[in-house]
Amino acid sequence: MQRHLISAADLTRDDAVLILDTAEEMARVADRPIKKLPTLRGRTVVNLFFEDSTRTRISFEAAEKRLSADVINFTAKGSSVSKGESLKDTAQTLEAMGVDAVVIRHGASGAPYRLANSGWIDAAVINAGDGTHQHPTQALLDAFTMRRRLVGRDAGIGQDLAGKRITIVGDVLHSRVARSNVDLLHTLGAEVTLVAPPTLVPVGVERWPCEVSYDLDAVLPKSDAVMMLRVQRERMNAAFFPTEREYSRRYGLDGERMAKMPEHAIVMHPGPMVRGMEITAEVADSERCTVVEQVANGVSIRMAVLYLLLGGNEPAVSHARTTEEK
Amino acid sequence: MSKILIRGARVLGGEPQDVLIDGETIEAVGSGLSADGAEVVEAGGKVLLPGLVDLHTHLREPGREDSETVLTGTRAAASGGYTAVFAMANTFPVADTAGVVEQVYRLGQEHGYCDVQPIGAVTVGLEGRKLAELGAMHESAAGVTVFSDDGKCVDDAVIMRRALEYVKAFGGVVAQHAQEPRLTEGAQMNEGVVSAELGLGGWPAVAEESVIARDVLLAEHVGSRVHICHLSTAGSVEIVRWAKSRGIDVTAEVTPHHLLLTDELVRSYNPVYKVNPPLRTERDVLALREALADGTIDIVATDHAPHPHEDKDCEWAAAAMGMVGLETALSVVQETMVDTGLLTWAGVADRMSVKPARIGRAAGHGRPVSAGEPANLTLVDTEYRGQVDPAGFASRSRNTPYEGRELPGRVTHTWLRGKATLVDGKLT
Repeated sequence: MQRHLISAADLTRDDAVLILDTAEEMARVADRPIKKLPTLRGRTVVNLFFEDSTRTRISFEAAEKRLSADVINFTAKGSSVSKGESLKDTAQTLEAMGVDAVVIRHGASGAPYRLANSGWIDAAVINAGDGTHQHPTQALLDAFTMRRRLVGRDAGIGQDLAGKRITIVGDVLHSRVARSNVDLLHTLGAEVTLVAPPTLVPVGVERWPCEVSYDLDAVLPKSDAVMMLRVQRERMNAAFFPTEREYSRRYGLDGERMAKMPEHAIVMHPGPMVRGMEITAEVADSERCTVVEQVANGVSIRMAVLYLLLGGNEPAVSHARTTEEK
Repeated sequence: MSKILIRGARVLGGEPQDVLIDGETIEAVGSGLSADGAEVVEAGGKVLLPGLVDLHTHLREPGREDSETVLTGTRAAASGGYTAVFAMANTFPVADTAGVVEQVYRLGQEHGYCDVQPIGAVTVGLEGRKLAELGAMHESAAGVTVFSDDGKCVDDAVIMRRALEYVKAFGGVVAQHAQEPRLTEGAQMNEGVVSAELGLGGWPAVAEESVIARDVLLAEHVGSRVHICHLSTAGSVEIVRWAKSRGIDVTAEVTPHHLLLTDELVRSYNPVYKVNPPLRTERDVLALREALADGTIDIVATDHAPHPHEDKDCEWAAAAMGMVGLETALSVVQETMVDTGLLTWAGVADRMSVKPARIGRAAGHGRPVSAGEPANLTLVDTEYRGQVDPAGFASRSRNTPYEGRELPGRVTHTWLRGKATLVDGKLT
C-alpha cells in the first residue's frame, strides 16, 4: 500500500484484495455488541470537507470512531475558507494541531493529489471525492459489495472479480464514481461496460480499460451488476440530453428493464438516487438493489483503508492479517 | 566611451566576425576590425543575433504590479535577449485609451532596458462589444499598430470584421486570441485522453481552430491582415497553411512552451503547467515545430504571463493561467528547433526578431546585423547547458514550467541602440 489513497488507479490487485479482505474482518466488528476497536487510539483524523456531503462524511466519521481515532470535522462553510483562505494554509493549520490523516472532499479535481504531493503537509491523505476525478473508497465499497453478492462473503476472501461483467450507466462525464470504478474493477479482473448518451461520455474514453455502449437494453442481459449513476436534472439545460423524460426512457432503469438482467444480477447505486430519473422506485426498493448494503459496506471499507494506512503492523482484529501479507 | 568591438562573434551562426558599434549604430562588420578606442567584448564564437522582439508580453503594469512592472518585465526581457516587447492590453485599467498606452510606452522609455510598444485593446474593457478608440491609440505618442483583446477572444463576428476593416486605415493589425467562449466554459486543460482521466474540464482544439478558420475568412473577405496569437494545435496549423496558400494576409505565432511541453505534465496537477491556450499533445507539438520551421507559423512569441506565487500554489482549478517566458524563450527555441536541426540561427533571427518586428511595425528592430543599422543586438552562448533556476530571474514572478530542467543556450549580452543592457549575463 502507498502512504496515501488518492486514486483507485494507484492500487494493485493485491492492494485492493487486501483492503476488501480487511473490510470483511471490519464488518464482523459491526456485528458485535460493542462496535469498536482500539486500533487508532490516540491518532487524530480530520475530515476536511469543502463540498457538501452528508453520507460520505458520516461514513468516514463512523469508521474513524469505530477504530477509536480522535475525529475533527471541518467543513468549508463558515470557516476561514469562505473568507478566502487557501487550501495550503487550511491544511497546514490543521496539521499544526497534530493531525495524522486528512480525509478530503474537494470540488476541484486533483486537490487531494496536490495536498499529498506538494510538500504542504506530512499527514496521510485519503481522497473522499475530488471534482470529477476520483472517489476511491466508493469504488472499493462497490467492489466489496459485488464480491459479497457475486462471489460470496466467505468464498470471496482472497478473491478478485475476474470475469464479472459490470455495467455502469449514466453521467460518466461528470462522475468520479465511474472513473474510480473503471480503474478498480479493471484491476480486479472485471469486464466493465459504460452506458450513456454520447454527450455524457468524455472525449478520450477510448483509452479507458472498458467498453462503451449507447444501448442499455443490449447490455443488460450480459450484466452481473448494473450500477446506476445519479443524473442531475440540470444537465439538460446544458444540452446533454433534451428532457428528463427522454433520459429516463432511454437510460433509466425500470422494472421492465430490470427483468432483462440475469436472475443473479444486482442493481447498484452510489446514492443519492434521483428516483424517477435514472431509477424507478420499483427498482430502487427491490431485493436486487444493494443501495443500503453499499452504505453499510462503506463503513467497513473506510475502516480497512484507515487501518491499513495508519495502523501499521498491529492486527486490526484478533487473528487479523498483517500488512506484510499483501 | 561610445565604441564597442564585439570580437569573433558568429553573426546569425555564420563564421566568426567582428562587429563594431559606434554610438547607437553598427559601424562595421568584418574581420580584424580595429579595437582602437573601443571597449572590446570577446565573443569567442558565441552567436550574435539581432535583438529579439516579443510580440506578446504581459507586463501587468498598471494594475498588477505585484506580479510584474514595466521595469521588472523589461529587465527580464533584456535578460532574455530582447530589445523590444509588445505589452498586452489586459491591464487594470485596460489599455483601451490613448492615456493608458502612452503611460506604458513612457515607462518603457524611462527605464531604458527594452523598447516597450503597447498593444491596444480591440474593444472597450476587453468586453467584446464596442470598439475602443483604435485611431486615437494609433495617433498617440505610443503609436499603437497592434490591437488585441488577448486573454479574451473577439468572438462576435461582426465586431471582429469591423476591427479588421477599421485598422486598415493606418496599417494596424488585429491579433486574435482564438478561443470560442462557449466551447471553453469551465475548461481547465486540453480535451483528450489526459483530461478524461484527470477529470478536468476539457478545452477542445476545435474551440481554437473554429475561430481561426472564421477569422482568416473574414480577413480575406475584407482584405485585411490578421495575426493569430499563440497557435497551439495541429489543426490550427493546417488552417493557417491553407489560408496562406490562398493568399490571405495572415500571420501566426507559437509560444516556446507549446513547442516543448505536452498535456501529460498536467498529471501532476501542478498549476505551473496551467496556461491559456492549454498544453496540447505530442502530435500538436511536433506539428507546431514543423510549421515554425517551414514558415507557416511566422514567429515565436513568449506570452510571458507573470503571476504571484499564491496564484499557482493551490489546487489546479483555483490557479491562474500563464507562464513567464522572456528569460527562457531562446533556450527553449534552441532546444526544440536548433538542436533538433529544424532551424538555423539565421532562422531563429527571422522568427524571433525580423518577422515579429515586421508584423508589429517596430521601427529599428529586426534589422540586419550590418553597417549603418541600429545596434540592437543579442549575444548568445549556444554551447552552454544548465538547469533553469527561477531564483535568478529578473522577472518579479517565478511561475516557470522549466524549474530544474536542463536547457541549452544562455544570453550573455544585450545591446539596445548601442547601450549594453546585459553584460556577461548581468543586467546593467
